[in-house]
Amino acid sequence: MSTTEPDTRPPDAPDWAEVQASPDFVELRRRLRRFVFPMTGLFLVWYLVYVLLADYAHGFMSTKVFGNVNVALILGLLQFVSTFAITMLYVRYANKKLDPEAEKIRERIEGGDE
Amino acid sequence: MRPAQMDLAQSVSGSNPALNISIFAAFVVVTLVVVFRASKNSRTAADYYAAGRAFTGPQNGIAISGDYLSAASFLGIAGAIALNGYDGFLYSIGFLVAWLVALLLVAELLRNTGKYTMGDVLAFRMRQRPVRAAAATSTLAVSFFYLLAQMAGAGGLVALLLGITSKTGQAVVIAVVGVIMIVYVLIGGMKGTTWVQIIKAALLITGAAAITLWVLGRYGFNLSSLLQGAVDKAGAAVLDPGKQYGKTGLTQLDFVSLALALVLGTAGLPHILMRFYTVPTAKEARRSVVWAIWLIGIFYLFTLVLGYGAGAIVGPEAINAAPGKANSAAPLLAQALGGPVLLGFIAAVAFATILAVVAGLTITASASFAHDVYANVIKKGEADPAKEVKVARITALVIGAVAIVGGIFANGQNIAFLVALAFAVAASANLPTILYSLFWKRFNTSGALWSIYGGLAVCLVLIVFSPAVSGNATAMFPTADFDLFPLANPGIVSIPVSFILGWLGTVLSKERDDDKYAEMEVRALTGAGAEKAVAH
Repeated sequence: MSTTEPDTRPPDAPDWAEVQASPDFVELRRRLRRFVFPMTGLFLVWYLVYVLLADYAHGFMSTKVFGNVNVALILGLLQFVSTFAITMLYVRYANKKLDPEAEKIRERIEGGDE
Repeated sequence: MRPAQMDLAQSVSGSNPALNISIFAAFVVVTLVVVFRASKNSRTAADYYAAGRAFTGPQNGIAISGDYLSAASFLGIAGAIALNGYDGFLYSIGFLVAWLVALLLVAELLRNTGKYTMGDVLAFRMRQRPVRAAAATSTLAVSFFYLLAQMAGAGGLVALLLGITSKTGQAVVIAVVGVIMIVYVLIGGMKGTTWVQIIKAALLITGAAAITLWVLGRYGFNLSSLLQGAVDKAGAAVLDPGKQYGKTGLTQLDFVSLALALVLGTAGLPHILMRFYTVPTAKEARRSVVWAIWLIGIFYLFTLVLGYGAGAIVGPEAINAAPGKANSAAPLLAQALGGPVLLGFIAAVAFATILAVVAGLTITASASFAHDVYANVIKKGEADPAKEVKVARITALVIGAVAIVGGIFANGQNIAFLVALAFAVAASANLPTILYSLFWKRFNTSGALWSIYGGLAVCLVLIVFSPAVSGNATAMFPTADFDLFPLANPGIVSIPVSFILGWLGTVLSKERDDDKYAEMEVRALTGAGAEKAVAH
């Protein structure tokens, strides 16, 4: 078996490699990756820190802050807060910085072959 | 956590089985009517697999939460918090944070590049047949474990809520649940299944919200007083982490392993991924995830109150004495607050939950078999779409039958363990390949195969030799003794191994298709050439 599929693209299909190399697309990819990679790293580290604290730092986590509410409960609720916050931040970023750029490139590609 | 160890005895005292069955029957009748109406325009493959891609983001977000909030998260987590306190809460946090992986890295790119299944995306720039066969294998494996968990839970619920204690009686009820589910899937396809999930999610979240407000109202809307109530009944340890996982160094490590599988598993669950194809665009897929995150997050906040509420109002002794133990915490709380009517409502919601989740799993597994294996591996991409849908329907029948038989045999097995297993397999076999395919130019067929089969194999082997299967009284085979691997959760080993295998398989193979990656990347990021909604 050959290592690549036979090229079945119709002759008027867009030149994907050319689009991929275009400055607009390079900028779109840069914007996407600049947001999602660091953000993923951030929430994964924050989640792991929380899990390790809950797992190994019982004394610290059991410290009462007010009433019966301890550090563990507050950090747990903060995981909810950070999840909601990252969600909202991403939506705002995507609406403003990603969608218009993606739409521009998409229209150029689809306008060309439809 | 073993919240779902179902000990079968008589039903909860004071429960009214006739009332419980009537409320559930009403749910089934209403959803069947909806499914019939929804199926009128359902003819093409895109209708059957992806509901014509015509759902809106909010609708799909509600359906996703209906698909995701299984009986294990509803009954299991509330019960775990009631009995083990804070450690039960850790579960819900993993289940929620995991959605960020889906939101940031997977949902939109997947919607833009695939058609019906996970295999569409994984095989996009690879050799079709081997990668699709691998994707279908892991889809079927994950769906099978998840299905077993849900069906096994149905048996315990029957005992708990309907007062049916004989194994034969429970088997009959499991079969009835399975048959109703098959009807939903065969008649309604993805559209019908989606509506069932939407209705179920609305009932579940409304019910949980009502009980949460009721519990909080009893404690003057003061969280600290509610916690005091739980402490008075169950001891101060319920507020602190470690009651369950802090016992030994091994249980602590086991917990880290579980936490990894939870946070990385969600974005690799095929039945969740398939839901992103039911909306018209990537932007709607994004809105779906946002809605799902809010609904699931708010629901898990409710379970915190439900769990501590059950601990404070019902008390751990009464919960442990009830059939189903931890799983009965939420139903008992409903009964303590609202009497048999509220209990009947919660019981019906629990059944509806199982029904909706099982239907979603069945349609996913049948789509993967028909689309990946039948149409692309056997027919080499030349299958007639009508024939393909027919194969999908037949597969759904077979999977339904397997679910019924498996459910009858797995009755009494530990649900939480089976669900954790499904997450571990999804995180090991699926997620690394999905991420590599979407983001790594060099990735190729050999890397995909190594990662999927390697991740799956390591995961399954470690589980077979884990203490969950043999070597102690709570294991699946308590009398056998081959627990060579010390952890019940394989994730901490199998997930990194799968990532490494994906990399190694890739660099050891010369295959590289930069043009195809260019097409995939441009389509993924811009939505050019993405599958459009079906116009009716």
